[in-house]
Amino acid sequence: MVSNTRLVRRLIIICIAMFAFGYALVPLYDVFCEITGINGKTSNQPAVTRAAVDETRTIKVEFLANRDDAIPWSFAPEVAHISIHPGQVQVINFMVENPTDMAMVGRAVPSVSPGEAAKYFIKIECFCFTEQPLDAHERRAMPVQFYVDPKLPAHFSTITLSYRLYKNIPQLVGR
Amino acid sequence: MKHCPSSLRFVRYLLIVVFFSFAQQLFALEAKYNMTSGVTDISGQVYNLHMIIFYICCAIAAIVFGLMFWSILHHRKSKGAAPAQFHGSLKIEIIWTAIPVLILIAMAIPASKTLIAMEDTSEADLTVLITGSQWKWHYKYLEYPIEFYSLLATPREAINNQAEKTDLYLRDVDKPLVLPTGKKIRFLVTADDVIHSWWVPAFAVKKDANPGFINETWTKVDKPGIYRGQCAELCGKDHAFMPIVVDVRSPEDFDQWVAQELERQAQEKAAELARGNLTMDELMSLGQKTYETHCAACHQISGEGLPGVIPALKGSIMATTDIPAHIQIVVNGKAGTAMQAFAKQLTNSELAAVITYERNAWGNNTGELVQAADIAAVKAGE
Amino acid sequence: MSRENISSHQQHADHSHDSHDHKPRGISRWLFTTNHKDIGTLYLLFSLLMLFTGGILAMMIRAELFQPGLQFVDPHFFNQLTTVHGLVMVFGAVMPAFVGLANWMIPLMIGAPDMALPRMNNWSFWILPFAFTILLSTFFMEGGAPAAGWTFYAPLSTTYSSDSTAFFVFSVHLMGISSIMGAMNVIVTIFNLRAPGMTWMKLPLFVWTWLITAFLLIAVMPVLAGVVTMVLTDKYFGTSFFDAAGGGDPVMFQHIFWFFGHPEVYIMILPAFGIVSSIIPTFARKPLFGYESMVIATASIALLSFIVWAHHMFTTGMPVAAELFFMYATMLIAVPTGVKVFNWVATMWRGAMTFEVPMMFALAFIVLFTIGGLSGLMLAIVPADFQYHDTYFVVAHFHYVLVTGAVFGIISGVYYWIPKWTGVMYSEKIGQLHFWCSIISVNMLFFPMHFVGLAGMPRRIPDYALQFADMNAFISIGGFLFGLSQLIFVWMVVRCMRGKGEKATDRVWEGAQGLEWEVPSPAPYHTFQTPPQVK
Repeated sequence: MVSNTRLVRRLIIICIAMFAFGYALVPLYDVFCEITGINGKTSNQPAVTRAAVDETRTIKVEFLANRDDAIPWSFAPEVAHISIHPGQVQVINFMVENPTDMAMVGRAVPSVSPGEAAKYFIKIECFCFTEQPLDAHERRAMPVQFYVDPKLPAHFSTITLSYRLYKNIPQLVGR
Repeated sequence: MKHCPSSLRFVRYLLIVVFFSFAQQLFALEAKYNMTSGVTDISGQVYNLHMIIFYICCAIAAIVFGLMFWSILHHRKSKGAAPAQFHGSLKIEIIWTAIPVLILIAMAIPASKTLIAMEDTSEADLTVLITGSQWKWHYKYLEYPIEFYSLLATPREAINNQAEKTDLYLRDVDKPLVLPTGKKIRFLVTADDVIHSWWVPAFAVKKDANPGFINETWTKVDKPGIYRGQCAELCGKDHAFMPIVVDVRSPEDFDQWVAQELERQAQEKAAELARGNLTMDELMSLGQKTYETHCAACHQISGEGLPGVIPALKGSIMATTDIPAHIQIVVNGKAGTAMQAFAKQLTNSELAAVITYERNAWGNNTGELVQAADIAAVKAGE
Repeated sequence: MSRENISSHQQHADHSHDSHDHKPRGISRWLFTTNHKDIGTLYLLFSLLMLFTGGILAMMIRAELFQPGLQFVDPHFFNQLTTVHGLVMVFGAVMPAFVGLANWMIPLMIGAPDMALPRMNNWSFWILPFAFTILLSTFFMEGGAPAAGWTFYAPLSTTYSSDSTAFFVFSVHLMGISSIMGAMNVIVTIFNLRAPGMTWMKLPLFVWTWLITAFLLIAVMPVLAGVVTMVLTDKYFGTSFFDAAGGGDPVMFQHIFWFFGHPEVYIMILPAFGIVSSIIPTFARKPLFGYESMVIATASIALLSFIVWAHHMFTTGMPVAAELFFMYATMLIAVPTGVKVFNWVATMWRGAMTFEVPMMFALAFIVLFTIGGLSGLMLAIVPADFQYHDTYFVVAHFHYVLVTGAVFGIISGVYYWIPKWTGVMYSEKIGQLHFWCSIISVNMLFFPMHFVGLAGMPRRIPDYALQFADMNAFISIGGFLFGLSQLIFVWMVVRCMRGKGEKATDRVWEGAQGLEWEVPSPAPYHTFQTPPQVK
């Protein structure tokens, strides 16, 4: 038999471990999302791999841009949608303009739909990886360079890439 | 069949009549108190699944409760029952573990099939971006330059029991989402502020609108008609007051609607440009109308807000002193609060009118006028 | 089965303690008590108080929903009512009631002189009144009480909430600490203070279910503490766990919350299984059918509860594979739950039943909990869940498992053990009146909710379309009647506490088995100071 004190000590350790586990769910969730594509989360790291172009298939890629109320910029994709072959590398510009008299910093959060297609949507370069500072009245094109992985399951024919632009908030937690 | 006497035949006839009138009542009740079978292939499948599982559950309940009540009736001490002393039987326990497993597998197979069909959004003909915000829906057609907000059409007076409630109480909007029949329509769902959920029971479509992320779902409606739903996820104070109306029309009627809508937009734009400065009276009447549809839900008709939740406008510093700051907050909203940016929801004249109204109603009598040009200036960042 | 037999020598030894059965007097007895019976009483009375507090909130909700239109409260206040009703009932009424029963009964059932950690026991109770004072005081703050639902989904509970959030988070922390301490006490008591001969497979089922519940509490309450802390730091300290703007995700809140939330659901029902498993054999005068499989079923329900959380969030946009997994896992829970129900029915089978109030409530528990379980099975079917989710069908489901499940379980336990606690029999007439009033009104209250839900009425709305009006009026009437019926329960409890009624015998019930029935009624202040020998 274990003494009361030692038993209580073990139970407290379980409690602390479970509290920590609650926080560990945060990074675990990100991993889980990347594997399963919950919320169409995509990797926020530039990809380095390339794939062979599969000319037998055509995928329609749609672009959406919207913004939070806190950042009064105009923000829109250059084209509403394109058709590409899997493996074909493409650059699309998103036009952004700061109509105010103040310099501001924005950050775009990407979301890909359908969620399960997210991991086949490979971004080589994206303005969403970094903060985007804009001077007063500055207008700029923000490029995203990507390709669709030829391993994309056959039942997907359309992929939507959506960005939501937020006013950058200083990070206290490194996520 | 044997010849039966007329009296018997009469009874049989009576029984049939009674049965059918009863059945009719049942159908009426079913329409009112059961899940709808809806108007799409998927919603029909969902309804069938629901009914099958419901009947299986009823059967399980009937068997378990039947045995239990048999036991309650017969194995009671007052009837002189002597208690048996058995307390286990491996065979029986294995049986009643195994049988439910088989029933569950039988349930899971059709459920999985329907689910996989529901989640297949590929090969859509038309895509609509649905954005929820506190407390209205916004629809944007990706194939056409059409987008609009859809707001509750029920007047505040009806909600506050000061006016008659109509049949469409809380179920009607000012501008419904219009869709064509026979086309696969893909919905992209997102939100501006908190989580909402877009639900139309007749399509068996319910999808959460998560701020910052997009979800997708689809439907294909073959029957024209008007279908109603509402927000299904608690999204704050007026969660109950953001209904959804979908007006499904034949493809020809839909094309016609698109043409009309584009025409209307062009006219509105021209009118907005042609409109010069308005008088105080014009601003106040347009302002009051705009205020009551877009602002009164939070700031209240009386302009007094809700203490601690929604600031008052009556006598507030914002609405009585600094005009540019006032325009700024109405146009761009205040981040992280229920105060949205109205720039994309209202025209410049409506914005000017509502700001003028707020500065002159409820004894805020500043006497100041705000014109559409002032709004345009703020939007341009001047 | 001879597991509960004690030597007669032991009984005599126990009676001899009656003479030095002195306890402190006055308020300090209750403030500083470390006696498991006193603390059990405190927990139970506190939970009764909270049942009525949450009940009054529910009555206000039902009054507003009696008719379409806004009559009594504004929508923001309505959301506060539903939120605090949920929190008070879950953390204030059901959970403390179970801890109270555990305090009273576990030492008596396993032949222990007291709980293993008496001072911690006192502390874990006295935290609760503070926690709930803080929570309820937010009603009087500017901006009102928390209004994001008891599930407080972000960002409604973070960016868009009023400043009562800080108070809410603090009170949840206190409730969590209290539950964790209570659970530790239960575990240590069961591990270390079992009487000689009380082996694991001789433990009464109430003890077993509580042991498993205690482990669930220890595993998930810290996760709740974590998630409310994230809410707090998101709102006030600039983190963005749940804010997309800073790289977070509001859906992650739901994953973490329900990782706590689903086991929490079983925390609220497993001890009720234990109570019913004690009552049915007593009144059927027949040993419990399938003791071992009951223990295994309880443990498997507890384990499965960790892998089904996402069935609360099928509409949030999950990959098909995840939806299928959570659907299958959830359906699987029906198997051990079914085993339990079948075992209870088999226990009754060929027994010699009598139908005193505890048995009546236990029978009502089996029937109505099974209805709640079957609607739970329907909810597990993902395509159908898209239609059921966030409607009154869900409200009906969880009120069947929590009110006619958990609360009826507690009530039947109170009727079953109150003669042991107070030394007098409750009035059978009052009890039967309470039972029949409750059973009729509770079904008037919750059964029609299935139908309005199926017809498309969402939950958490203060006002609804006209087609739901007649049913809602009926539901509200059922609600008021159910609320009033519980006053009869209070009447019964007060009568017993004042010692009015027939003197109870030591065994109380003819068919009662177990150590708790070997001590006198009322149970003396100190029991089993020399451990009994269980054969």
